[in-house]
Amino acid sequence: MTAARPARRWRIYILEARYQFLMVVREPGFAIPTLLFPLIFYLFFGVVMGAGSFSAATPTYMLATYSVFGVMGPSLFGFGAGLAIERDSGVLLLKRTTPMPAAAYLLAKVAMAIAFGAAVVLGIFLLGAYGAGVVLYRWQWFALAGVVLAGVVPFCTLGLAVGAWSKGRAAVAITNLVFLPMAMLSGLWIPITIFPAVLRDAANVLPAYHQAQLALKIIDMDGGQATLLHVSVLGVQSLAFLTVAAFGFRRAGTGVVSIRPGGMS
Amino acid sequence: MSEETVAHLSGVTHRYGSVVALEEVDLEVRRGEVLAVLGPNGAGKTTAIHLLLGSLPAQTGQATVFGRRPDAPEVRARRGAMLQISGVPDTLTVAEHIDLFRAYYPAPPPASRLLAMAGIEGLERRRFGKLSGGQKQRVLFALALCGDPELVFLDEPTAGLDVEVRRGLWDEIRRHRESGRTTVLTTHYLEEADALADRIVVLHRGRVIAEGPPSTIKSRTAARRVRCVTRVTADAVTSVPGVVRSETRGQHLEVLTSRPEALVRELLDWDPDLHDLTVVGAGLEEAFLALTRESGEPEPEPAR
Repeated sequence: MTAARPARRWRIYILEARYQFLMVVREPGFAIPTLLFPLIFYLFFGVVMGAGSFSAATPTYMLATYSVFGVMGPSLFGFGAGLAIERDSGVLLLKRTTPMPAAAYLLAKVAMAIAFGAAVVLGIFLLGAYGAGVVLYRWQWFALAGVVLAGVVPFCTLGLAVGAWSKGRAAVAITNLVFLPMAMLSGLWIPITIFPAVLRDAANVLPAYHQAQLALKIIDMDGGQATLLHVSVLGVQSLAFLTVAAFGFRRAGTGVVSIRPGGMS
Repeated sequence: MSEETVAHLSGVTHRYGSVVALEEVDLEVRRGEVLAVLGPNGAGKTTAIHLLLGSLPAQTGQATVFGRRPDAPEVRARRGAMLQISGVPDTLTVAEHIDLFRAYYPAPPPASRLLAMAGIEGLERRRFGKLSGGQKQRVLFALALCGDPELVFLDEPTAGLDVEVRRGLWDEIRRHRESGRTTVLTTHYLEEADALADRIVVLHRGRVIAEGPPSTIKSRTAARRVRCVTRVTADAVTSVPGVVRSETRGQHLEVLTSRPEALVRELLDWDPDLHDLTVVGAGLEEAFLALTRESGEPEPEPAR
């Protein structure tokens, strides 16, 4: 017998993504909060209350920020909690003994985050356009969707870093501790323009802030910082998260050590 | 030489911090055999498997599979593994898991054959999370076979299963053996090693303390169980050479020894009224106990 012919690679990537998607769609604890919360929040704060509270532009502002929020959820949870749980259950270890390329596993999670994120963004756009009467140029709708979905890069890498360093169920709590405060402090729920100056300055360390500013730029509602600044910060932070994740994996391996028999302790 | 080595640990020492999991271990897996790596919990069995799977890097010594690094892509494609894991994702069905794992390999058998090989026909549409413990193990066994592997690692395949379910899984493993593949299984059930393996390597505290076919291991220790009704106490016989263990069961004294003749001579000396004497060959369980005693280690926790 000669050396084994490699399995058709593209098929692994497609199936890995397909089953990653099916897996989370069937998990109510994942699907419901990530899909419905941003829509409900936008409906309540952006459409119902937004009409008269902060300014007439509120529904438009929140269209961008809740879309960022909607992409952040599946990215952070798919990688943070999802990865930690799969490592603890041992399935990641099992897959690493097969010829599955590691990239197929990681890209499947990115694809899932994009699919979920796109569904949320579409829902928010429909609510905004038909519920709140948000009016944008056609190019703005598309550019906004593109910029918001590009948020999977910083958010997935952040999730990866959390997942690499935390264990199973604790990862869900830790991801929430990153997710919710960051959303609020980045001005995704309440316009950052009404924050005290100290908090507005502090938001500069948060990737979600820069992601939101890029989205707001499309609709001319950002704080006026340079696009290059936001893109650079996001790029550097993404690389930093990847590095932190790599160290985490080196420390924990893919889970062999954690399943090492208890009798040895 | 017909006994080709397909996987090899040579001079392997592995530590987790200050804990030594494997010490100077040499282990050869020969083509076509079923090798059981037998030992109590913490003996280093799982560490040995993971070195051969490439999921742990070798610290000292060398691990090779098919003459290559255990994590080489070509090796991954020709090898399958069933690990001690809590499972694959609960929300996917059996058929979906098999479909995904089949895609990883260049020449997978049809899904229907995999289901039959693992004895899980009819469960295709069930979600993994809804299966019983035994059914889950069978699914993991099917996933190990998805690449039509030449070499299969089964790490404690029946751990935590009840006796009946365990025997059911043995049947699948036996059928798999008849296909001429090489299998390495770890177990702390002596019965399991005896029932399935051509050759047994006994691992204890990270060292190989015995190796050979089940019959050789038994004869090497020549453990016998001496049973009789006597007034000699269990404590009194522990000083007799060759005695591994002694205990009182009901009115019988039961002694496990590698030198039954010496023991019987002493017993008859001490108690001429001794009666109901039997001497029988001990099972692998006792042989294992004798082996671990022989290596100067304290008694391991009893295996069921």
